[in-house]
Amino acid sequence: MSVTRRTYRYNILWNAALIHRLSGIGLVVFLPLHFLVLGLAIESAGKLDSFLQLAQMPVVKLAEFALVFLLVVHLLGGARLLALELLPWLDGQKLLAVGAASVAALVAIIFLIRVL
Amino acid sequence: MSNASDVLQVSLWRGGAEGGFKTYEVPLRPNQTILDIVTWVQRNLDATLSYRFACRVGMCGSCAMMVNGHPRWTCRTHVAKVAQKGVVEIAPLANMPIIKDLAADMRQFFDKWVVAHGAFAGSKTRADEIELIKPAEPARVAVDAAIECINCGICYAACDTVRWNPEYLGPAALNRAWSLNNDVRDADHAGRLAAVSADGGCHNCHSHQSCQAHCPQSLNPTRSIAGLKRLSTQAYLRGDLKP
Repeated sequence: MSVTRRTYRYNILWNAALIHRLSGIGLVVFLPLHFLVLGLAIESAGKLDSFLQLAQMPVVKLAEFALVFLLVVHLLGGARLLALELLPWLDGQKLLAVGAASVAALVAIIFLIRVL
Repeated sequence: MSNASDVLQVSLWRGGAEGGFKTYEVPLRPNQTILDIVTWVQRNLDATLSYRFACRVGMCGSCAMMVNGHPRWTCRTHVAKVAQKGVVEIAPLANMPIIKDLAADMRQFFDKWVVAHGAFAGSKTRADEIELIKPAEPARVAVDAAIECINCGICYAACDTVRWNPEYLGPAALNRAWSLNNDVRDADHAGRLAAVSADGGCHNCHSHQSCQAHCPQSLNPTRSIAGLKRLSTQAYLRGDLKP
């Protein structure tokens, strides 16, 4: 029997850290694939164009939506941490973390609306 | 027990690490604290219950326990604020070995204060002039914000990083180091900064701020640790601190 409950899961900043790590892993998985696709352009423009036709599929657009969210939330979350560790202390870190996730979601939704 | 609304269902951790929760019925009273509950059980139901307390007024930091999953000072925690539908679960402080029942072994917590150079290092004798320190000086303001720690171990029990990394010095020891490194009278700033910048030191902190959320003294150890990170980075860039 565990002595403690997992109450830490209700902490906003614990969740912010979790999202930061998961988004980082997601970007690490994405980047090699991204460079492989860019590498197609070196082989032939036709190959790249035919591959980019896949981007018209709804599932790819949804994946791009998720990717934009991951990129922005990782960027803003990382900026928050750098500011926290290198600049004078700023209160309201929970608000900043929620703000970072909200801005990331907003940017991703705007992106999705534009590509649909 | 006469009326269900007058009775609390209290689960207390019994035994060591391999123990379990045992439920007791405790009469509900006005202004009752969690420590009152534990004391009532020991004096009326089971005299073998082990727990730790001293002052009962929120000064000594002895009576911290996990209450419904959160570390709290039990002498200043009212049952009415934390009971969930008449149920209270009380366990020994997390992130520390269990001695027995509700008493956690705090040796590692205090040992880490020593590792973090938590003792004031004076450089003057009684024959020297008293150091004049203006209360408004930024360093003194930083000390004032961190100085009221009562060593209760609540931040240590709340810390996710301690849970993941047993070598991590923890919020209280690092908060202490920050307050001493802002004390102009202290003569061990460089040695202390090297100690808290090493493995298990300030750079391990993930800034989840659970320490701040739970500190009964309303301190913000995360802010202190962020300050140590800044000092450490500055010292590294100056070449004063080697990796």
